[in-house]
Amino acid sequence: MATVSSESQSDQLKVVTDATCTFCGCVCDDIDLTVDGHTITKAKRACVLGTAWFLNHDVDDRPSCMIKGKPATVEEGIEHASQVLANSRYPLIYGLSDTTSESQRVAVSIADWIGGIVDTTTSVCHGPSGMAFQGVGEVTCSLGEVRNRGDLIMFWGSNPAESHPRHFTKYSLMPKGMFVPNGRKDRTCVVVDVRKTKSANAADIFIPIKPRRDFEGLWTLRALAKGIELDPAQTLEDTGVELSVWQDLMDRMKAAKFGVIFFGMGLTMTRGKHANSEALLALTRDMNDHTRFVCKPNRGHGNVTGAYNVVAWRTGYPFGVNLARGYPRFNPGEYTASDVLARGEADAAMIIASDPMANFNEPARQHLASIPYIAFDPKETPTTRHAEVAFTVATYGINVPGTVYRMDDVPIPLRPAFESPHPSDLQILEGIEKRVKELKAIGLAGQASSLRPNAV
Amino acid sequence: MTKQYFKIAGGYVYDPVNGLDGQVQDLWILDGKMVEAPAADVKPARTLSASGYVIMPGGVDMHCHIAGPKVNMARKMRPEDKRRDEVVKRTARTHSGTMGSVPSTFATGYKYIGLGYTTAFDAAVPPLSARHAHEEFEDTPCIDKGFYVLMGNNHYIMNCIAENEQARLKSFIGWLLGAAKGFAPKLVNPGGVEVWKHHQGGDVDGIDDPVDHYNVTPRQIVTNITRAANEINLPHPVHIHCNNLGMPGNWTTTQNTMNALEGHTGHITHIQFHSYGGGDADEDTFHSKVEPLAQYVNENPNVTVDVGQVMFGETTSMTGDGPLGYYLQNVYGTKWFSADTELESGCGIAPIKYRNKSLVHALQWAIGLEWYLMVEDPWRVVMSTDHPNGGSFMAYPQIIRLLMDSTFRRDVLNTVHPEVVNRCQLADLDREYSLGEIAIITRAGPAKLLGLKNKGHLGPGADADITIYLPHENKQTMFEMPRYVIKDGEILVEDGEIRKETFGRTLYVDPGYDPDTEAHIAEWFEQYYSIRFRNYPVGDNYLHNAEQIPT
Repeated sequence: MATVSSESQSDQLKVVTDATCTFCGCVCDDIDLTVDGHTITKAKRACVLGTAWFLNHDVDDRPSCMIKGKPATVEEGIEHASQVLANSRYPLIYGLSDTTSESQRVAVSIADWIGGIVDTTTSVCHGPSGMAFQGVGEVTCSLGEVRNRGDLIMFWGSNPAESHPRHFTKYSLMPKGMFVPNGRKDRTCVVVDVRKTKSANAADIFIPIKPRRDFEGLWTLRALAKGIELDPAQTLEDTGVELSVWQDLMDRMKAAKFGVIFFGMGLTMTRGKHANSEALLALTRDMNDHTRFVCKPNRGHGNVTGAYNVVAWRTGYPFGVNLARGYPRFNPGEYTASDVLARGEADAAMIIASDPMANFNEPARQHLASIPYIAFDPKETPTTRHAEVAFTVATYGINVPGTVYRMDDVPIPLRPAFESPHPSDLQILEGIEKRVKELKAIGLAGQASSLRPNAV
Repeated sequence: MTKQYFKIAGGYVYDPVNGLDGQVQDLWILDGKMVEAPAADVKPARTLSASGYVIMPGGVDMHCHIAGPKVNMARKMRPEDKRRDEVVKRTARTHSGTMGSVPSTFATGYKYIGLGYTTAFDAAVPPLSARHAHEEFEDTPCIDKGFYVLMGNNHYIMNCIAENEQARLKSFIGWLLGAAKGFAPKLVNPGGVEVWKHHQGGDVDGIDDPVDHYNVTPRQIVTNITRAANEINLPHPVHIHCNNLGMPGNWTTTQNTMNALEGHTGHITHIQFHSYGGGDADEDTFHSKVEPLAQYVNENPNVTVDVGQVMFGETTSMTGDGPLGYYLQNVYGTKWFSADTELESGCGIAPIKYRNKSLVHALQWAIGLEWYLMVEDPWRVVMSTDHPNGGSFMAYPQIIRLLMDSTFRRDVLNTVHPEVVNRCQLADLDREYSLGEIAIITRAGPAKLLGLKNKGHLGPGADADITIYLPHENKQTMFEMPRYVIKDGEILVEDGEIRKETFGRTLYVDPGYDPDTEAHIAEWFEQYYSIRFRNYPVGDNYLHNAEQIPT
């Protein structure tokens, strides 16, 4: 049984330079960590969230594996988990946003071999943006281009001052870029939100929009971009903002050389959801008839973007993918995890780096608690507590190397600080994949893959 | 232990590099490589009787889009494209996948090997996303693959050119290719993508238009990168997507680009899209200018081309040419993805449907065919659809039929927009390709242009990548489903079924660079880009199975 031993404390300090923080979607890769044995004592350049992420990282003194609440070996856990998954009829694999893309790839393979659903936390954060993207597309750029070119920076329903603390200093507002050499002085910052957030304090212009009226606000701007006349009273009633304020904003947007809109869950998870995202994507696109304009979802979890990419390249669809018929099908709302659980459909689950027992709706939680499931997490969580098999895993970026995709799809390698006594997600997932393939007779002689078209 | 020879006996071998044009010959394989026939008393461990079959080296696709952020964005953006198409089911040997114009990674590998293609190169990977492309390659089974690195709008390069720092330019190209673990420099609308980042609807008008801020021209970018890449002896020095893609009258830009090579070796890609006469984006004057350009290619051995054939049907346009994406979505009113990326590249993606009753589309189709038929030396023209831009790589068998069967070609020509025959010479071209010439434009030629000494032929030392076809009157039928496909000496495909899943190798170059320039590059990188210089290079741990091609 693998547990933490205190004697492995090293007596030497070491410094890991250019380490990558996976706490939020900024994925800052310039952190210098001072490491004392199994503790990080200093995280140079990290923000308040990153510092907490690194410095509060103690290796949990728990067994690496628990089966039905009792300590077990990792090998026993892999066997038990494989049996649960291979014998289920409608298994769900969910989470994946806080692990490496190497692990995500294996998880998707397992879903393929067992004919399950694979879904990521995208479905409960920027899933609506993904669906809107499928409707209109997206005009976007990398964060370095914002840094070098962005002269009008807007945040809509997003509060990076608290959710992505280095966003302003590293990418969007403060840096002196190639074509904005004076940094903050060369940029105008606009925040649109329902309340005066900490980010609004950093803005030149704050536009307090009426709650649940983001779509109307965006549609107002689309009309103004096209030169359509609007009724001031109606606009004020619809959006809670004077038409003159919207007109002033549109004048600034058209006058910008390279405008950027970052948007958050204040847009995607409020009334209208994907229609809101679609309006914002369409507005951005419209603006390119006047100047250059881009937008970008401010994605949250460290590697949610990697999960989005890995699921897409392996299945062709970005999240909420059902492999039960032996090939990928996509239907958000039908094959997304919270829906599958809330309808009481899945008969087993594997939850990786996510805590649905804490944040899914009540019917979904109830159903999850009623089925056998496997949970992976570095810490004890409500999800691991109820799991049939719970693995305590090493933490990516702190103990485990691998690849993480920043919110703008840029892949960044991890430089771990110290080794954990616990196994990585990848090690366990590879074990499960190997065993599930044996149980499902995959890779043995038998059925071959026909290249003849078999359209359905 | 006795050597485990694998013998392929009695087939008609088409191996143009070694002078075989359908002669019956036995082939011997040992440890994944082609070898000389051993002494007469040596018995092979295995013999495959290929009597009556046509044997060619495995196909080599030198220009397609199969991995990386642009390709994956297209997958994410277009669920509707997959839903209508055939499905790729999981089996006891293979992963499941989806098709559409942009197949998932596993489906891509299975379909390429199923067609008898054993090597493919992604033509446009942003340097910042090199690691992503390598990760997808690891999930792309059966074939060998590599990618070209976008550098035609790179700020550091434009600075080197403006300051006439040739040595530093060479060093940077060497550093960037090695750091990305890429295969060749790719120029996409050189200079034009930078202009697009500065202005509404921005682009360069021609090869001598200055680029904002840097005060260099596309011509200077082409000339300098081509010279530098030739001087560092890259196996495929430079792969160029010219300015003004798709615009009426762009043929002069293309010819100027060929001139800008200044006699150095250079490859002009998807030339079909760059061979148009006519003026000022005026569709009414749109016509073929293949003849003068093909004549230029015929007379200048330093220039090679691949075609970028357009095929009728629905597909996805994807390009590193940002302003082109903007142009297309304006024309067709489709959804549109665009991305501007540091380390300077662009990206445009939009759905597109090529219609045979559209004069423009039908002319594009005809112009592509003219290229195959008007370049005299088949070693200088390569088959491509610019997958998925002109159509899927799955259309290659149909293109082969169009080239080998002039009656079929004429029949199809009669179904397209009637004005086409007046605007190009396709109706007058009677040339028919032979099987030997097909072997050149689909494997021997591209392997040679890529500098891959072990590919595209079946002589001793070559990789044992072999495709075996059952001859058929209808060449589309013949090439659609090979009888056997052998990769590194193993039979992966037999009669339309995948027998084994392997993962192929990643082919890359690492030309080296002057270490004294590294500090200068690092300083630039740290000042302007959003990831650390030390975290940028792709480590060897991303190359699980790779082959470095010497420079």
